[in-house]
Amino acid sequence: MWPFIKKEFFHIFRDFRSMLILFGMPVAQVLLFGFAITTDIKDVSIAILDNSKDNVSREISNKLVSSGYFILNSNLSSNNEIEAAFKRGDIKEVVVFESDFAQKLQREGVADIQLIIDASEPNTASMINAYTSGIINSYSLELMKKQGKIPISIITEPKMLYNSGLRSVFMFVPGVITILLMLVSAMMTSISITREKEVGTMEAILVSPLKPIQIILGKVAPYVLLSFINLIVILLLSAFVFDMPIRGSIALLLVESILFIVMALALGILISSVSKSQQQAMLLSMFALLLPTILLSGFIFPIENMPYALQLVSHVMPSKWFIIIVKNIMLKGVGIGYFWKETLILLAMTVFFILMSVKKFKTRLE
Amino acid sequence: MKDDDHIIVVENLVKKFGSFVANDNLNFFVRRGEIFGFLGANGAGKTTAIKILSGLSKPSSGKASVAGFDVGRQSEKVKRNIGYMSQRFSLYDDMTVKENFRFYGGIYGLSAKGIKQKTAHLLQKLDMLDYKDMLLSKIPLGWKQKLAFSVAVMHDPAVVFLDEPTGGVDPITRRQFWELIYEKASEGTTIFVTTHYMDEAEYCERVSIMSEGRIEALDTPSNLKKKYNVNTMDEVFVRIARSDA
Repeated sequence: MWPFIKKEFFHIFRDFRSMLILFGMPVAQVLLFGFAITTDIKDVSIAILDNSKDNVSREISNKLVSSGYFILNSNLSSNNEIEAAFKRGDIKEVVVFESDFAQKLQREGVADIQLIIDASEPNTASMINAYTSGIINSYSLELMKKQGKIPISIITEPKMLYNSGLRSVFMFVPGVITILLMLVSAMMTSISITREKEVGTMEAILVSPLKPIQIILGKVAPYVLLSFINLIVILLLSAFVFDMPIRGSIALLLVESILFIVMALALGILISSVSKSQQQAMLLSMFALLLPTILLSGFIFPIENMPYALQLVSHVMPSKWFIIIVKNIMLKGVGIGYFWKETLILLAMTVFFILMSVKKFKTRLE
Repeated sequence: MKDDDHIIVVENLVKKFGSFVANDNLNFFVRRGEIFGFLGANGAGKTTAIKILSGLSKPSSGKASVAGFDVGRQSEKVKRNIGYMSQRFSLYDDMTVKENFRFYGGIYGLSAKGIKQKTAHLLQKLDMLDYKDMLLSKIPLGWKQKLAFSVAVMHDPAVVFLDEPTGGVDPITRRQFWELIYEKASEGTTIFVTTHYMDEAEYCERVSIMSEGRIEALDTPSNLKKKYNVNTMDEVFVRIARSDA
């Protein structure tokens, strides 16, 4: 079997395209998701309409602007200017203080700030809302402490667990790991097997004394190794470039990843046994594996927000369970006790796909 | 085995796919060191028969043995004793000549030293020693074909199956290729070859012609020509194909 594995490495290292997918992609993806496709808010332009102009409203304005999330674009002087300001398109939010703001707060204990937010991008809007409210809430808490009053109403203080900076890269890294392992393992193996079918070398290998299981293992072993290297590259990148923590056990993370890699490889063999050409294998991996992985695994769109039918579909996506496991280990730092169910599901899927692919591979010989 | 001289023995071999009968009761034998032509139109059942003889698929009923081993029950041993080359060459374009030899030698379990010696010996015979570090993709078709043959016989198999080995190659190269085949046969290796070129059929010691899953004729080329009272194998082939239509 050793000559077989060596041969497989020749194929990979001598094919520019394979090398690009294998080693260019992980780096590009992590950097892309980390830097470019970010859901953090930063330097959002806002306008302030201060109808009160007292020291409290001014202090709150300063807090907002000095938070780093917002940049003061302009100070408005009347309600009529609000719409025009939005239409110019350079601001995302207007913060409106009612008149006699400080006085009301003093006298009645309640005063209103209106937040008018451009919701043409709903995600950004809700984030802006959360950030602004957060800053204002923390200020009013401070104020109360200063004045020594006992709070009469409970003020909610948003606290972001696990991802206290709301760093979106923390959300993306588990997803990127999943996608890349899936891609490299399933797509590359399915393509490399169908290539041998296309070129005709598969026949020659099949009539050789190698057993089917040796052929499969020989095909798959190099990709296990390469996927593993990939995983480590991604983890290093996310740790050193984005300060992504691994709070749980690294060994456990690696073991779970190997389980996922093996599952993806079995899927790759399955795909290769139903497709006749390299293109077909590639398309199948794209549409049957990659798209659902991206869309339905909870990587980008929260599963809880999906329609019920799609939530059911997401249960059969192996990547969904793997992402949960990775997040548990990396972000929460918990042990196997918290995700043994997910692990078990993944294990069952792996066994199922291996059995299916070996069966398919054998019937093809007939 | 009834006769030690018969390296391939096929008795009442039947292969069915559902209700379709691909091989209908085949009976023949091939002698050791013989060049045996296995002819037939596309879809006549040649490929199915070769798959069975090379241990890739099992007969539905009947028996076949290659090099003394039953193809159904001892397919591993059969595989060790045969070589195989198809029209599609079975060599890797992204590996060098030497690496291809090393790979195939390796999967047939040859030692590193044995592979080295064999490679040197076979390349020298082809006068291609200087090309051993060249990528296969850079080598012309005709040469690749000769290399593929050398790779297929590297482990000294008792029988070599050649499935349309000369497809798409010019007549001169085909000629040279057949010289290689003759040389190997003279060393005692049995050659089992399928082809669509009837001039090549003339080079065989005996040929069988298949049609619709049955062997319609099996004899030496000269006997077949005499029997059908024609001058070329081409005409023999057309006669058999027509009688069938």
